Amino acid sequence: MTTYSTVNSRAPRLDAPDKATGSAVYIDDIRLPGMLFGAMLHSPLAHAKILNIDTRGAKRLSGVKSVVTYEDTGLIKYGVSPARYDELLFCDGKVRYVGDEVAAVAAVDLETAVEALSLINVEYEELPAVLTMEEALAEGAPLVHDEYQRNIGAEVHHEFGDVESALAQCDLVRTDTFRSKRQDAAFIEPQGCIADYDGRGYLTLRSSTQTPHYVQRTIAMVLGLPIGKVRVVKPYVGGGFGPKAAANAMEMAACLMSMKTGKPVKMGFTREEVFLHSRARHQFVHTLTTGVKKDGTIVALKNECYLEGGAYTSFGIATIYYAGSLLGGPYRLQNMKYDGYRVYTNKPACGAQRGHGGVIARAAWEQQLDRIAEEIGMDPVELRLKNMMEAGDVSCNELKMNSLGMRECIEAVRDGSGWKEKKGRLPKGKGIGMACGFFVSGAGFPIYRSDTYHATVSIHVSEDGGTVHVYTASAEIGQGSDTAFAMIAAETIGIPLDSVMISSGDTEFGIDLGAYSSRQTLMTGHATKEAAVDVRNQILAVMARELKVDISELDIKDGLIVFKHGGVDFSRLRARYIREHRGWQGIARGNDPLTFQEAARIAYLARGTIIGRGKYKPAELGGSHKGAAVGTSPAYGCSAQVVEVSVDMETGRITVEKMTDAHDCGFAINRTSVEGQMQGSLSMGLGEALYEEVKFDEKGRILNPNLGEYKIPTSLDMPNVNPIIVESHEPYGPFGAKEVGEGAIMPTIPAILNAVYDATGIRFQELPLTPERVFMALRAKKQKP
Amino acid sequence: MKTMINLTVNGTKHEAAVEPNRTLVDFLRYDLELTGTKKGCDMGECGSCTVILNGKPVNSCLVLAVQANGSEIMTIEGLKTAEGLHPLQKAFVEKGAIQCGFCSPGMILAANNLLQKTPTPTEEEIRTALSGNLCRCTGYQKIIEAVMSVDKQDIP
Ligand code: FES
Ligand code: FES
Repeated sequence: MTTYSTVNSRAPRLDAPDKATGSAVYIDDIRLPGMLFGAMLHSPLAHAKILNIDTRGAKRLSGVKSVVTYEDTGLIKYGVSPARYDELLFCDGKVRYVGDEVAAVAAVDLETAVEALSLINVEYEELPAVLTMEEALAEGAPLVHDEYQRNIGAEVHHEFGDVESALAQCDLVRTDTFRSKRQDAAFIEPQGCIADYDGRGYLTLRSSTQTPHYVQRTIAMVLGLPIGKVRVVKPYVGGGFGPKAAANAMEMAACLMSMKTGKPVKMGFTREEVFLHSRARHQFVHTLTTGVKKDGTIVALKNECYLEGGAYTSFGIATIYYAGSLLGGPYRLQNMKYDGYRVYTNKPACGAQRGHGGVIARAAWEQQLDRIAEEIGMDPVELRLKNMMEAGDVSCNELKMNSLGMRECIEAVRDGSGWKEKKGRLPKGKGIGMACGFFVSGAGFPIYRSDTYHATVSIHVSEDGGTVHVYTASAEIGQGSDTAFAMIAAETIGIPLDSVMISSGDTEFGIDLGAYSSRQTLMTGHATKEAAVDVRNQILAVMARELKVDISELDIKDGLIVFKHGGVDFSRLRARYIREHRGWQGIARGNDPLTFQEAARIAYLARGTIIGRGKYKPAELGGSHKGAAVGTSPAYGCSAQVVEVSVDMETGRITVEKMTDAHDCGFAINRTSVEGQMQGSLSMGLGEALYEEVKFDEKGRILNPNLGEYKIPTSLDMPNVNPIIVESHEPYGPFGAKEVGEGAIMPTIPAILNAVYDATGIRFQELPLTPERVFMALRAKKQKP
Repeated sequence: MKTMINLTVNGTKHEAAVEPNRTLVDFLRYDLELTGTKKGCDMGECGSCTVILNGKPVNSCLVLAVQANGSEIMTIEGLKTAEGLHPLQKAFVEKGAIQCGFCSPGMILAANNLLQKTPTPTEEEIRTALSGNLCRCTGYQKIIEAVMSVDKQDIP
C-alpha cells in the first residue's frame, strides 16, 4: 500500500483561519475608491408588453450617474447552452416573469440608486400568463417565447435497447408518477459583484461566481469586448450549489454601467433577488415504468419527465438530459427509454442545483424500486445488490464505470446502520429506509462546444526555493478545492503542505471551467498534479546534472532530497546556498540532509524561475447519440444511504433521527472535507424532502422569498450522520479521486421516502413531506375502511 | 437627519453620526469597516450577522445603530486573542466546521456566548443555541463537534 504524507489526511483547510476570524474577504466586503452603487428595476408583472420606458426622471435625480435599458445594449442574446440563448440583458419587447430585468441605475450610494428606480416610468400592457406546466402546455396557451409552440423549450427522446418488448417479458411492471417542487439553493451569501472598467479599456469583474471562465466569456460576448480585456476575479464565495454557475444580468449591468461611467460599480442581490434570479432546482414530474423479473432483475425503464423551467432556459438543456441519462447507473439495465420536456412558464428561470437534473429522477426511481422489492418479496438491499454495476461495466447509454464501489457502499450502510435488525421490526411511527445514488465526476464536455482544456494550472517556485505557489482559475466556493489542490501539489512534489501557497478563482491564472458538475477535484486536480510533476522533474533534472547522478537515484520526500542509494556528496551545492545566505538563521548546514529549498534555489540559478505547467482534458469518452455529452464523464461516484425517521402519527411531523451514508469518492484527498460534503449534501437533501418549496401567488409573485418562510434545515432538524468513505481508486482520477460534492445528495430524498413508508405504510408521490401533507395522508388512510 | 451615537466595539470607543434607519450590521460593516460580521438576509432570519450586544447574541440586521447607542458590542474581530486564534476558532478550523465560512463568524459568536454561560453544554444545548444560525454547507455536525471539543479550561 502506498503511504502518503499529505493526501488522504485530515489537514485543516487553508482558508479556515481567515474565515474563523472574519478576515476572509467576500464580495460585499470589498470597497473600491470612487465606487458607485447599482440597483436593478424588475418587472412587476409576470407577462406583459413593454410599451414605453421613460428614464428621464431617474436621470435627473442628483447623484445618479448612469441609467441603462435595452436601448443601451446591443440586442445580443445569451444564456448558458449556446443551443438555447434566449435572454437579453434587459427586456426589450416584453417581460416574462415578475422580476425580469428592465433597467438598471448606478448612483453615488445605494439609497439614491433605489430612489432612482422608482422614478423610471414603464408602461406595460399586461398579457395572460402561464404559471404552471399544465397551463403552459394547454392547447392555445399564451406563449412565453413565440418560437416555442406549446411552451416546450426543449425536448429529448432517447431509447437504448428495446423497452416495449423488454417490458412485455417482465414478471412485474409498475408505473408511478412522482412530483417535486421548485427549490432554492439558499446559500447564505447573496450574489454580488463589482465591475471596474479602467482607462485603458480593461474590464475587471469581481463576482461571487462559481465559474469565472464562463462569466468572462458571456460578458465579453454580450458587451462586445475581446476576451483578453475581460478579467473575472472571484473572492471568497459563501456557497453556490449551482445557481452561481452562470453569468447573471446583474454582473452584466454592473459592467455596462462601469464602462459608461469609468467608475467601479457595485451591485448585490437582496435575499428576495436571490429567489428571483438564482436559477435553482426545477420542478420535475417523472412518470416511471419499471419492469423486473421475479428474481428481482431490473429489465427495463421508461422515464417520462416534464420540467418546469420558468421564463428562460439557463442550464435547462443540461438539466433535461441529466434527468434521463443519470438513471443509466448504478444498476445494470439493458433497456431504457427517456422522453423529457422542458416547459417555459412566466416564472423566474430554473437552472442547476447540486445533483443537477438527477435528484428527483433518483428519488422517484429509488422509491419505486422499494415498492417493487416489496411486491416481489425481496429485501430492498438485496434488490440493489443483485442489480448494481461493478467496475468495468458500461451502461446502456454508454456510461463507462472505470471504478465503482457500489457493493462496498451498500454493504457498509447495511452493516453500519443495523439494517438487518431494524428493517420491518420497528414500532409504528418509526421507519428505516435505504436508497442508492450515482453521479458524474465532471462533465465530459464544456458547456460551449470546444476542444478547450478543462483546466490549466501553473506552479511557480519562489526564487529562494522556499515556497511553491499554485495558480489556478478554479473556484473555491466553500467545498475545499483550494486545500485539495494544495495537498495534491505538496504530495506530488514531496514537500510539506505549509510550503504551498495557492491562488485561485482568477481568469488571469489560466483556464478552468469552474465549480460545477463535481469536476474540480478530478479535473483541476489532474492539472495540478501534472504541474507538480513538472516542477519536480525540472528541479531533479538540475540536481542530477549538478551532482552527476542519474535522475532515477533522486526523490523528494517531506521537503528533503532523498538519494535512493546514499553516498552523494552535495557539499558544493550546500556551500553555494550558504554563501548566498550569510547571517541567516535556520538553514540547513553540515551533514543535514539536502533540502528541497536548497535544490529549488540551485535549480533557479541554473534555469531561471521554475514554473511547472499542467493541463487536463478528458480522453475520448463514449456515447455517439445526440445528447451523449450530458452524462458522460471520466468517472462516476456512487453512494448508498440508510435513514431512520420517526413520524408523529397525530401531527404528521417527521423527524429524521439517524443517517448512515457511504460514498465512493474514489480516494479522499482530504477526509474531513469529503465527510463535510457528505453531511452538507444530506442536509440539503433533508430540506428538499421535508420542507423546501418556492411558492407563488396567482400573479406569479413569489410568496416566500426569504429564509423565514422558505425553510431550510437548522441545527435542530439535521441529525448526526455516520459518514463512511469508500475508496475504489478511480484509474482516471488524481491519486484515484473522484466526486463527492453532488452525488452524496442523491440517496437522501428516496431513503427518507422509503423510511416514511416503513413508519406509516404510506407512499408519498409528491414533495415536500410537510406536516400538513403527511397529516392529510394519515387522516385519509385512517378513514379508508 | 443624522444622530450622534457612542458605543464600544471590541473594547474601542466610537463616536459617530448615523442616519436613523442605519442598521447596526451596516454601521459595523460599512462605517466601521468591520466586515467580519456577515449579512445573509437582512431580515433577521439567517444569523450570519450575529454580534454580541451587551452580553447577548443579536441579529445586528434587526438592530438600528441608534438603538445600540451606549452599548458594548463584540464582533468576530474581537474574539481573536493576543495569543492567536480563540480556542473556539481553533476548534472550528481543526474539526472542519468551516466550509464556505459565511455563517462562521455568527456561528462562532453564538457558540462562544453559550460557552460563557454553559461551559460544558450537551449536544442538545448546543443545537438549541445555534438554531438561529443557518448553515447550508456543513449539515451542522462538524460545527457541533467543534463546540463539544472545546476544553472549558482553555476559554479565556
Ligand atoms: S443578515 Fe441578519 S439575520 Fe440574516
Ligand atoms: S459554512 Fe457555508 S453556510 Fe456555513
